[in-house]
Amino acid sequence: MFETIAFPAVSFPALTLIFITSILLLLGRDWRWIVAALALQYVGVFMLVALSWPLEMAVVKVITGWMAGAVLGVGVAIVPLTRQEEERFWPSGRLFRLLAVGLVALVIFSSSPKIAERLPNVGLEVVLGSLILIGNGLLNLGLTSHPFRVTVGLLTLLSGFEILYAALEVSALVAGLLAGVNLGLALVGAFLMVVPSMEVAD
Amino acid sequence: MNAPLVWIMIPGVTAVMIFLLRRWYRSTVLVGVFLAGLLSLLAWIVPIGKNIDLGAWSFKLDEILSVLGRRFVLGDGDRPILTLVYLMAAFWFGAAYVARAGRMFVPLGLAVVTLLTAALAVEPFLYAALLIEMAILVSVPILLAPGKPVGRGILRFVILQTLGMPFILFTEWMLTGVETSPGEMGLVIRASGLLGLGFMFLLAIVPFHTWVPMLAEDAHPYAVSYVFVMLSWMIFLFGLGFLDRYTWLRNDPKVYDLLRLAGLLMVMTGGVGAAFQRHLGRILGFAVIAEIGFALLAAGLPEGLPLVFVMLLPRALAFGVWSLALASLWNQKQDMHYANLQGIARRMPVLAVAMVLAQFSVAGFPLLAGFPVRLVLWDQLAAQSGWQASLSLLGSIGLIASGLRTLAVFVTGPEEHPWKITESWQFLVLLGIGLTALFLVGLFPQWFLPPLLNGLNAFERLTP
Repeated sequence: MFETIAFPAVSFPALTLIFITSILLLLGRDWRWIVAALALQYVGVFMLVALSWPLEMAVVKVITGWMAGAVLGVGVAIVPLTRQEEERFWPSGRLFRLLAVGLVALVIFSSSPKIAERLPNVGLEVVLGSLILIGNGLLNLGLTSHPFRVTVGLLTLLSGFEILYAALEVSALVAGLLAGVNLGLALVGAFLMVVPSMEVAD
Repeated sequence: MNAPLVWIMIPGVTAVMIFLLRRWYRSTVLVGVFLAGLLSLLAWIVPIGKNIDLGAWSFKLDEILSVLGRRFVLGDGDRPILTLVYLMAAFWFGAAYVARAGRMFVPLGLAVVTLLTAALAVEPFLYAALLIEMAILVSVPILLAPGKPVGRGILRFVILQTLGMPFILFTEWMLTGVETSPGEMGLVIRASGLLGLGFMFLLAIVPFHTWVPMLAEDAHPYAVSYVFVMLSWMIFLFGLGFLDRYTWLRNDPKVYDLLRLAGLLMVMTGGVGAAFQRHLGRILGFAVIAEIGFALLAAGLPEGLPLVFVMLLPRALAFGVWSLALASLWNQKQDMHYANLQGIARRMPVLAVAMVLAQFSVAGFPLLAGFPVRLVLWDQLAAQSGWQASLSLLGSIGLIASGLRTLAVFVTGPEEHPWKITESWQFLVLLGIGLTALFLVGLFPQWFLPPLLNGLNAFERLTP
């Protein structure tokens, strides 16, 4: 009966969650808030992926996302404070980011219907959710050179792609490999944060 | 027993084990060299899918391993590529201890080879993009030096390589549509565009090449050249897989024009870029860009595909020798800007000679390993288009000019120190062997290069 969440009612909360969390990821300054927003974002991703995949496979997305968030959180937590090099973008930078999100949202909302037309069997809500994450992920990547934020940007971007790809391909191997890539990215991100404070071995 | 188990699972498990045991550095290097060498030898002599009789004992290596409903297939035609890939890994691991490439180099280097081999074997083969992405992520720790700040090169490397994966995966869905209706031009153009963009990210094609010199400047030269050579080669094979599988792609002359155009851009960017650099690491990075360009040029020629395979030996030799010489400087904490290297040839003459000759070999200088392949390439390219051949020559001239600048910096210094050999004997032996091989392959290509042509067996429809 609950093989897939087929009722469209789930789409609106999922899209709202994705949109709000992707903005939080862009504007957030404290890594704790960013990791929490990332975890919430994966709930939205799960809801949209569950429209195309069986529930037990879609759950993989949220579990992987939370694990990735935990790995990143641990990575940033063990780095000495002096190395965190928090970017200073308050308040003008934050306003700029908000405007940039608005611009990206405008492009996404105007182009999604046309893209959905070209993708048979893919609903508008899937295209919208996917493009919101891809757009904001790219924006995040373009605005930072901090390993933590870069990793968050890449995870966001990949989540967006995964929502769309889930509607096109249902395969346990792909689900597993994509989970591996997400976890690998989180581990690499954590390693990038930690490596400057590592001791040099002979 | 099946082939994917031997060439994917066994090295994969070994990589994990030696990663956990990396405290015993020398032993892990020995295990890595031995295993990679053994797997290369096995791929050379053991047929796949045929009965093998060893006295009273008979066995057969099956081609297929099924995992989660998908298959990993390594056939008899893949043996030459397996031989080359594992031989290249053994070659690089062989000097890893002397080059002090780091405790993670051999375990993760072996994991990279394993994942790339899995990428060649997986069916449907577009899933390979995911395995290549994993190989890229696994290669990151060997490119980072502990205790040093993370440079922008490594971040760009991760970002741009990761961006390539979705494009390739998405193309799969589109290609299914193209195969069923090849006449629909809009779909064909969109699929080709996405595929091209994906490979532009993966192969660092201009304008997505900026991370290559940046990474070569920041990371250990030996580790970086291994990742560059191995990744670019395997991604290239992945790209050839597309040409082999899709008739509409293979038969479209525009694809070959685009390959040549991309190749020319890369050769020009690499050659001219190298000529204006003042950092030895960045010069290596630009030479890598030029080398990828030469391979693209070869793939874009009607009879150039065999060249793609014979390029591998000169490439591995040149970049192996070059990066080993750079590693010697890196390990002495020597700044690699020209300003700090003046007159260094008087203290380390063998190292200086090795570095300059390896660079000349990449450029295609006569008598060196790169020359025979470049000569055939320029000959075939000139038959297609004179201006394209001239521009690719310009790229090589840029590399040679850069080599001459390096040589001038190495031999002239503010003080006239007496000439003296101060390199360690391990470096002298390895660089001596490498230099001898560079000349031997350059002088007698007919002895060394023809066996590499067997690599074409994996691409039945592309074989002339």
